[in-house]
Amino acid sequence: MNRTVFPHKLLPWLLVTPQLAITVIFFYWPAAQAFRQSMLREDAFGLSTSFVGFSNFRRVLSDPNYLNALQVTVIFSILVAFCAMSIALFLAVQAEKIVRGKGFYRTMMIWPYAVAPAIAGMLWLFMFNPSFGTLAWPLRQLGIAWNPLLDGEQAMGLVVAASTWKQISYNFLFFVAGLQAIPRSLQEAAAVDGASRRHAFWTIVFPLLAPTTFFLLVVNTVYALFDTFGIIHAVTGGGPGKSTETLVYKVYNDGFVNLIMGDSAAQSVILMVIVIGLTAFQFRFIERRVHYG
Amino acid sequence: MAHILLKELRKSYAGQEVIHGVSMDIADGEFVVIVGPSGCGKSTLLRMVAGLEGITAGTIEIGGRVVNDLEPRDRDIAMVFQNYALYPHMSVRENMAYGLKISKMPKPEIEQRVARAATMLELEPYLDRKPRALSGGQRQRVAMGRALVREPSALLLDEPLSNLDAKLRVQMRLQIKDMHLRTGQTTLYVTHDQVEAMTLADRLIVMNKGIAEQIATPSEVYRTPASEFVAGFIGSPAMNIFTIRAEAGTAILPGGHRLAIAGIPASGEVRLGLRPEDLEVTDADTASIPIDLRSVEHLGADAFGYGVIVGSDILLTLRLPGTSTAQRGDRLNVAPFPGRLHLFSIETGKRI
Ligand SMILES: Nc1ncnc2c1ncn2[C@@H]1O[C@H](COP(=O)(O)OP(=O)(O)O)[C@@H](O)[C@H]1O
Ligand SMILES: [Mg+2]
Repeated sequence: MNRTVFPHKLLPWLLVTPQLAITVIFFYWPAAQAFRQSMLREDAFGLSTSFVGFSNFRRVLSDPNYLNALQVTVIFSILVAFCAMSIALFLAVQAEKIVRGKGFYRTMMIWPYAVAPAIAGMLWLFMFNPSFGTLAWPLRQLGIAWNPLLDGEQAMGLVVAASTWKQISYNFLFFVAGLQAIPRSLQEAAAVDGASRRHAFWTIVFPLLAPTTFFLLVVNTVYALFDTFGIIHAVTGGGPGKSTETLVYKVYNDGFVNLIMGDSAAQSVILMVIVIGLTAFQFRFIERRVHYG
Repeated sequence: MAHILLKELRKSYAGQEVIHGVSMDIADGEFVVIVGPSGCGKSTLLRMVAGLEGITAGTIEIGGRVVNDLEPRDRDIAMVFQNYALYPHMSVRENMAYGLKISKMPKPEIEQRVARAATMLELEPYLDRKPRALSGGQRQRVAMGRALVREPSALLLDEPLSNLDAKLRVQMRLQIKDMHLRTGQTTLYVTHDQVEAMTLADRLIVMNKGIAEQIATPSEVYRTPASEFVAGFIGSPAMNIFTIRAEAGTAILPGGHRLAIAGIPASGEVRLGLRPEDLEVTDADTASIPIDLRSVEHLGADAFGYGVIVGSDILLTLRLPGTSTAQRGDRLNVAPFPGRLHLFSIETGKRI
């Protein structure tokens, strides 16, 4: 082995400094700030702050609105991750079968990823707003009482659909790459062994796709938890009532709209703990069942 | 067990024909080897029989049933792939049982068959391992086992030994031959290696650029090659082939030497083929070809001499006894054994 040896100790540190600086400034420092803030209480005018220990956490965790947001988040995240991944996988498998125009189809599939979340939200709003939405009228003609401004379930359906639509491209890209990495001869061997296409997919292709699926599971969970803020903000604003208020949205609402900084900070610390815990869980218990080729 | 019939099989990719009408009748239990240089369409032909490639024209019958439009799974065949195509996430046992499970065979029988194949292929210690924990030779045997447990009508193998080292290749070749004698399964075997082809085959299909140049037993192919291509492809070292001119029944060789050859046309040019072992060193006065030896390779039992025909630049290979003392710079006179020479048409390459 040929190891590069630097002439003195300082240079290697100097070389990694930019990366470290970025991580510290944009990750550790805000996290530390949130942590500090979560232990403080500001008066109504923001003139004085006092240290209150864990009392912000206690209040947040016993707040029924917070528990509601937690429940909304769980439902929302599971729906978004599941729909975005399964639809993307279905489309990627179909794309594999295309003979002509494969590149065009793929490019079109990847497009939505370039759309900013808030704009994606606006697009869906324009399509489904009960008063001026392009598709609201046809829905009503079909006998559906379409009004996501009043009906919490419809509102949830709408934000789930918009968030899913936005994430499908990303998942599609990874599934296409994952599928291409599976040798064709394996599916041919399965075909000769007597497997139908469907059986070969579930017994050969899907298990071999597990590393990709697992990676996307982690990414999609984080996406659903954090990156969907823009969409929810544009489409429902957390309403009607609090039926689409996710944890992230509540952090924003309490902190920047209601200006209860202590509570908001405590919520973001809890959220951070949840994400770290969830990701650790996924690596610990799901990854073990993943077969890396 | 089944008999396989190929009738005027053709295959085109995007208008480009790569298989130009191959016909063959393969008897039940026969071991047929498809041999030819890389890119001549061997795999394509095999994959058409397997149902992995569509058929552009012609028919394929397996066991008396036209299978042109049947899916691979409905053809009752098994295949061994060049890269083995083992399912990487399944153990050796699961790999072998995969097809049996699909056919809804009762569990005890699956276990029995897998155990039998494992014994035959000496795979028992590895049944619970994943393919990645196996050596190349073991993987190859698993691929064989996976094909054999299904007891298909026909067994198809696409260059199954080409990823093994030389020694293992010889071992596996013998094992495959042995297995065929035991199971009596109709077998189609693709290889570019003429030694494998000659030793394994009941009959050979020698392919060249999508055409079956000759379909015959190994010894027929060797003794009476149907074309110049077959003559040059089969045999090691390769046959000496060069152009001669015929004049009133005698042959004028390169360098102007005259040689009486039975059966040559009255006039015109033809290609003459002489195997290295069909040349005999003789006295100068009999009808013979003088050559200048350029080098001699001693292999122990045999030696091979390489020389040019005097007065030309045509290189001849000849087999010499291992005890030969001939060396570089010697001038030898060689004569072909009567009846062991091959003539081919210049225009068509076919045997005359
Ligand atoms: N999927 C394909 N598309 C186009 N041409 C192909 C395809 N598969 C094989 N060919 C062509 O067909 C010919 C025969 O290929 P193949 O049967 O793989 O040869 P072999 O197995 O004898 O080396 C080659 O010239 C190859 O380029
Ligand atoms: Mg091939």
